[in-house]
Amino acid sequence: MLRYIAKRLVFAIPTLFAVSIIAFAIIQLPPGDYLTTLMADWAAQGGAVEAGTLAAMRERYGLDQPMYVQYYKWMAGIILHGDFGISFELGKPVTELIWSRLGFSLLLSLLTLCFVWAVAIPIGILSAVRQYSIQDYVATFMAFFFLAVPDFLMALSAMYLMSAWFGQSVGGLFSPEYADAAWSFGKLVDFAKHVWLPVIVIGLGSLAALVRIMRANLLDELSKPYVTTARAKGMSEFELLMRYPVRLALNPLISTLGWILPAVISGEIIVSVVMSLPTTGPLLLRALLAQDMYLAGSLILLISVLTIIGTLISDLLLALTDPRIRLQ
Amino acid sequence: MTNDTILKVEDLRTYFKTRTGTFKAVDGVSFELKRGQTLCVVGESGSGKSVTARSILQIVDRPGKIEGGSIVLTRQDGSTVDLAKLDPRGKEIRAVRGQEIAMIFQEPMSSLSPVHRIGEQIGEALRIHFGTPKQERRARVLELLRQVEIPRPEQAIDRYTFEFSGGMRQRVMIAMALACNPSVLIADEPTTALDVTTQAEILDLIKKLQQSHGMAVIFITHDMGVVAEIADEVLVMYRGRVMEHGCVEDVFHAPKDDYTKRLIGSVVRLESKADIRLKRAVIPADVAPLLDVRGLSLTFPSGLKAVDGVSLTVRPGETLGIVGESGSGKTTMGRCLLRIYDPQAGKIDYRRPDGSIIDLRTARSAQLKEIRREVRMIFQDPVGSLSPRKTVAQIIAEPLKLAGMKGRELDERVAELMEQVGLEPAWRERYPHAFSGGQRQRIGIARAIAVKPRLIVADEATSALDVSLRSQILDLMMKLQDELGLSYVFISHDMSVIRYMCDRVAVMYRGQIVEAGETDQVVNNPAHEYTRALLSAIPHPDPRDRRLHHRVRYVANPVSANG
Repeated sequence: MLRYIAKRLVFAIPTLFAVSIIAFAIIQLPPGDYLTTLMADWAAQGGAVEAGTLAAMRERYGLDQPMYVQYYKWMAGIILHGDFGISFELGKPVTELIWSRLGFSLLLSLLTLCFVWAVAIPIGILSAVRQYSIQDYVATFMAFFFLAVPDFLMALSAMYLMSAWFGQSVGGLFSPEYADAAWSFGKLVDFAKHVWLPVIVIGLGSLAALVRIMRANLLDELSKPYVTTARAKGMSEFELLMRYPVRLALNPLISTLGWILPAVISGEIIVSVVMSLPTTGPLLLRALLAQDMYLAGSLILLISVLTIIGTLISDLLLALTDPRIRLQ
Repeated sequence: MTNDTILKVEDLRTYFKTRTGTFKAVDGVSFELKRGQTLCVVGESGSGKSVTARSILQIVDRPGKIEGGSIVLTRQDGSTVDLAKLDPRGKEIRAVRGQEIAMIFQEPMSSLSPVHRIGEQIGEALRIHFGTPKQERRARVLELLRQVEIPRPEQAIDRYTFEFSGGMRQRVMIAMALACNPSVLIADEPTTALDVTTQAEILDLIKKLQQSHGMAVIFITHDMGVVAEIADEVLVMYRGRVMEHGCVEDVFHAPKDDYTKRLIGSVVRLESKADIRLKRAVIPADVAPLLDVRGLSLTFPSGLKAVDGVSLTVRPGETLGIVGESGSGKTTMGRCLLRIYDPQAGKIDYRRPDGSIIDLRTARSAQLKEIRREVRMIFQDPVGSLSPRKTVAQIIAEPLKLAGMKGRELDERVAELMEQVGLEPAWRERYPHAFSGGQRQRIGIARAIAVKPRLIVADEATSALDVSLRSQILDLMMKLQDELGLSYVFISHDMSVIRYMCDRVAVMYRGQIVEAGETDQVVNNPAHEYTRALLSAIPHPDPRDRRLHHRVRYVANPVSANG
């Protein structure tokens, strides 16, 4: 098993190189560079920049060099010093920017995942066991309703509801007084008060898919002969349901767990922007808009790394839960 | 106390209410089961025999429901309970299931969970009914595995179902059923998915366990041969009704009902060679062979020698039978002939209509494509080998379309083919699920003969069918052979089918051909011990002459015994 994992990780290295080159190239594809964006901003504010200043800045950022040199510098920095470069726009090291937000992204993703699974799996089971019943139709309707509502609309309505009717401070993950404070019990409580709204808004959108997958998987399993066998043993219907068909219907779902990793970085950008969450999503969006290439490139590279790790985790989880894959 | 009735079923009615009406799967069935005896319920698929068995435990799939009648279980202490009156989800019926009445099923692979260890699945009934603690449970499961003669129980207990062969899986099912020492065992076609030799072993095992545990057995089967071998009492069912009921002697030697006679007839027919073949002139031995295979070998990447130096010939117009147990390499060999697998060594010389000879093993893909019109295949599973999303006409037309036929000509040819295999051309727009197993196999045959092939490789073409349908399909295949001048390579594990249809036969064992010759000679005067074992495993449709128990077993030759 360890050999297998090691092999997979070694194979990942060339993939990552290829991804980094493509990412770097794509970021540079739009005409102009970060300074063009900067000039446009300044011009919009009525300022003017002398040509000399522009050239000096271009030299300082290394933007006057050919692309492959820029790429080489960036890569060399990463490999030799673990230095992902500096964000032009924010003037801070990329690593610092990402790290400060990655924790919240990860936490938010995990909480959302727990919420979605905790709600969707029982609904899916109910839908399948009581196929074509009122419960099934209601569950299906609600699931599709939330799937169809655009998530920014959901975010806006949820925020409006909460602030207008319940007077809660919405947006962000903390109240203003805690935003920059050190971690304390009070801050934790404040976090809990804020985090559930984005979790529900993000979760409701992906609920539908999971409910439907669970329902379909379970319906397939419910008619399998081994269910009859277990029933013939005298097992109670509930124990039977949980122990056999649900256990087997979950297998394909467990293998999708690894996919949340890449979504940690890029997922739910719109909701995060609308609700001003301190996650990596808005950071990526801004970096791309501003052609802040080192920041954008590093984020995309990180997404690729997480995709590879996530796929590996998926495969391992599947092998862990399904002996047919583990042993054949 | 041998006349002690343990289960008395009276006027049992189980109906399936669907949108299109009520389907009476079981329609007024009555019978009695005595302690320690074997009752065989026999009938073709769709006769309601399986639903009858499931009704006893109230595990009929929705929308099936017991509408009336009684199922009275008499316990050892004299108390009785009417199972038909119990709530199917209630505690009382659950206490009966697995503890007093246990059941084993047809498909040992899909009837066991693939992700739970077998020890866990066997021990479950103990936990449910007696709350046996884990350690004790394991000990009991090991004992059960020993009883059903699974080798190395200590290792087997922690294995998964897919690590076992079909016969071993069925043993696991039996162990599971025996866990709580039930007084009634219901066996729903437990040997239908197994090959003949394994079937004989499982029948033996059930008999032995029945005697040692004093169980009554309800054995459901479509095979009258099996009935003759094991039954005390017989219940013949047709379309949900009992056609005949009596002791096995009477049913076999003085059948009153026409349907019973037909069922027996279909097995007895397979006892000898088909009339149509007896009448036909012998194929001269000196004609140039259509297919000449020499030293064919295939080793799988795992190191398994699936096909090991096989040589055989097929003459034009004849049927060559390949017989052997599952795992003997006969299917792999058949697939090598069509180059579905790539054999590593040997020659497959195929004679084209123009007399030229091509070695299929080394033929290029362009040549193969042409030859695959002349050499075709029929598969075992009539369900799995037909696309459920295509109509019958589309399925049959597929090879014709590939050959460039279209429009009116295509439609006419499809209709002609359907008639040829005994299907109504009016059914052309129907989907495969609307057909019975036998009809589906006819569709498969129509597809195979569509492009006028010269050689057909039929891989267990009748194994998934009821015995009563087998001879029909075989007759059809022979009729087509004579009409179209076909040659067959007929792969089967069942010597009776081979005997019925094949001109010559090759017996395969562990990838090698151990015996080959004229069918009559091989069947009546087998030279190899393995052939004798295969022949003796065929159930004999005469209860006065039960042979299975005295059958010959063939165990691996000394060469592999060292390893």
